[in-house]
Amino acid sequence: MSGPPVLDPQHGRHLLAEMLRIRRFEERCAELYSAGHIRGFLHLYIGEEAVAAGAMQALAPEDAIVATYREHGHALARGIPATALMAEMFGKQEGCSRGRGGSMHVFDAATRFYGGNAIVGGGLPVAVGLALSDRMRNRPRVTACFFGDGAVAEGEFHESLNLAALWRLPVLFLCENNLYAMGTRIERALAQTDIATKARSYRIPADVVDGMDVLAVEEAVTRAAAAVRGGEGPAFLELQTYRFRAHSMFDAELYRDKAEVEQWKARDPIEGFAARLAREAGLTPEERRQIDDAAIREVQEAIAFAEAGTWEPVEQLTSDVYTPRVPEADHA
Amino acid sequence: MPDVPSTPTTVRMTYRDAARAGIREALQRDARVFLMGEDVGRYGGAYAVSKGLLAEFGPDRIRDTPLSESTFVGAGIGAALGGMRPIVEVMTVNFSLLALDQIVNNAATIRHMSGGQFSVPLVIRMVTGAGRQLAAQHAHSLEGWYAHIPGLRIVAPATLEDVRGMLWTALDDPDPVLIFEHQALYNMEGDLAAGAGPVDIDRAAVRRRGDDVTLVTYGGSLFKSLQAAELAMAEGVSAEVIDLRTLRPLDMETVVASVRRTHRLVVVDEGWRSGSLSAEITTRIVEQAFYDLDAPVVRVCSEEVPIPYPKHLEDAAVPQPGSILAALKQVTAAEGGR
Ligand SMILES: Cc1ncc(C[n+]2csc(CCOP(=O)(O)OP(=O)(O)O)c2C)c(N)n1
Ligand SMILES: [Mg+2]
Repeated sequence: MSGPPVLDPQHGRHLLAEMLRIRRFEERCAELYSAGHIRGFLHLYIGEEAVAAGAMQALAPEDAIVATYREHGHALARGIPATALMAEMFGKQEGCSRGRGGSMHVFDAATRFYGGNAIVGGGLPVAVGLALSDRMRNRPRVTACFFGDGAVAEGEFHESLNLAALWRLPVLFLCENNLYAMGTRIERALAQTDIATKARSYRIPADVVDGMDVLAVEEAVTRAAAAVRGGEGPAFLELQTYRFRAHSMFDAELYRDKAEVEQWKARDPIEGFAARLAREAGLTPEERRQIDDAAIREVQEAIAFAEAGTWEPVEQLTSDVYTPRVPEADHA
Repeated sequence: MPDVPSTPTTVRMTYRDAARAGIREALQRDARVFLMGEDVGRYGGAYAVSKGLLAEFGPDRIRDTPLSESTFVGAGIGAALGGMRPIVEVMTVNFSLLALDQIVNNAATIRHMSGGQFSVPLVIRMVTGAGRQLAAQHAHSLEGWYAHIPGLRIVAPATLEDVRGMLWTALDDPDPVLIFEHQALYNMEGDLAAGAGPVDIDRAAVRRRGDDVTLVTYGGSLFKSLQAAELAMAEGVSAEVIDLRTLRPLDMETVVASVRRTHRLVVVDEGWRSGSLSAEITTRIVEQAFYDLDAPVVRVCSEEVPIPYPKHLEDAAVPQPGSILAALKQVTAAEGGR
């Protein structure tokens, strides 16, 4: 076991920057939604930034990511350019999914980002399959699968954990427990609210992590990913976090107290970590402003890119339903 | 002057309100009725249909479920077998695919497999259709699939009267009934008779009389079709618009009678063309009224593509008044044989 996470000044600043990129991106998305530039359903990651920012540090480029409809943070932290991501939100053909998917369906081959799945629980079996292919080809890669507490009630959760454990597949299950599935609080959905216990019942090693602490997340994911990569079978982490905003832009938030939201906001992963950086690694207000400014600029550029983007011609409506057949000669 | 009665005979409301009124009435009329589904209670329903019902009827009869479509649909089947009259809400038809096994292998078969000993008086409500840029996992129209399954009754209310009144009739039906509510209809406003009540779930309805062509449609495409018929009228084409209302069993009697008069048929269906409800209707017309046709049948369906996110592509993917109008003109321009 390692000791308490050590705060490396350089790396700490990087983590802060990653979280701020996500926060600023999401804030602008909310505005752009109100202005009608982003449509459909929009689910923001504000409050949960430490999870994606911390987890992605521990994953290698050859690893695969499977995420949910609340995936902008994961996409950014994984290295999908903010420009392509924002263009996707706009539905422009310069988007990472060519505009076809929108906010909920981010895909990116270059970073092995396999969605963006908007069927709750739908990503878990896919992650098991990606891991199976690695296993069968003897590739020491990890498939990191993000999902919410809500997915834990789905049959696919149980089937996927069981199969991954049974076949010792290299899946890292990352459960983002933000206490709510839309308006349903975890106690009203799960008879056993200790999610890690469920994973252990499938003989998967499972830990509970403070998802508001980016270093704790990074450390836990690093350890778990190493075990998975080393051939020890799947691992499971429950990352305890909270969404500060509504479930989506259509939610009146009738189901939770303002006081509860305020309590969690007092544990803001960005503010908390910035304060620690100031205390322990000499982060000055000026530096913090610079980091923030860079994030704001990056998002601004992404918006400009998306605005300048183009609409796919309607004549191409039925494209990409099937894969174009490669002429025989090309196989030779 | 005689006194004008001051009580209004109609009430202005949305399709959403009318759906809620139907559920309220059922809960009031029959203690065996309860509503169950994801976020139907505290959240007020993903489409706000059940808003306020938890406060009125309590958590025993307005039951929030976990994200477990297969299990809570299956539990609805079990409760129906046990003498209750459950209304199960599946948030959208897309998520009903997680419960497909329960719906197809249990709800639809138990009556038959038990040699008629057990019936499943279950009602499942779900949202269907495109129009809000929700992309390819939240916008499909799969009611045509369910209409393939013997043992199920499938209805698609397109009007306030129907969404208000079909529910009770469905609950009264001894067998499973699936009710499809198109998401584009919820905000539609209209006047509903103050005394509106249950309506039949057997017959198609002629929503507009016409002589030159029969247009058959249902659900979210009804109002687009009526718009197109209006536009066609301005160009001298008189279209009769039939709202199927019930997708299984199909009321072909009404459709055939109309085609026998107009000799032309357009079918508008938000499902994909291949293997669709529109294909079924067309085939039955070929079987039952082939020699009455003066022109090939024309279909307006969704393009063969998962529904894309950008608005211009989503609009182009599903039937629109413009494409329906073009179909009406095409079918009436074809040379008549008589
Ligand atoms: C199979 C399925 N059922 C229902 C929904 C509707 N829905 C979308 S998000 C959501 C809540 C999921 O909560 P959770 O898994 O905790 O993720 P969070 O939104 O909290 O990140 C629900 C019920 C869906 N998308 N898919
Ligand atoms: Mg959650």
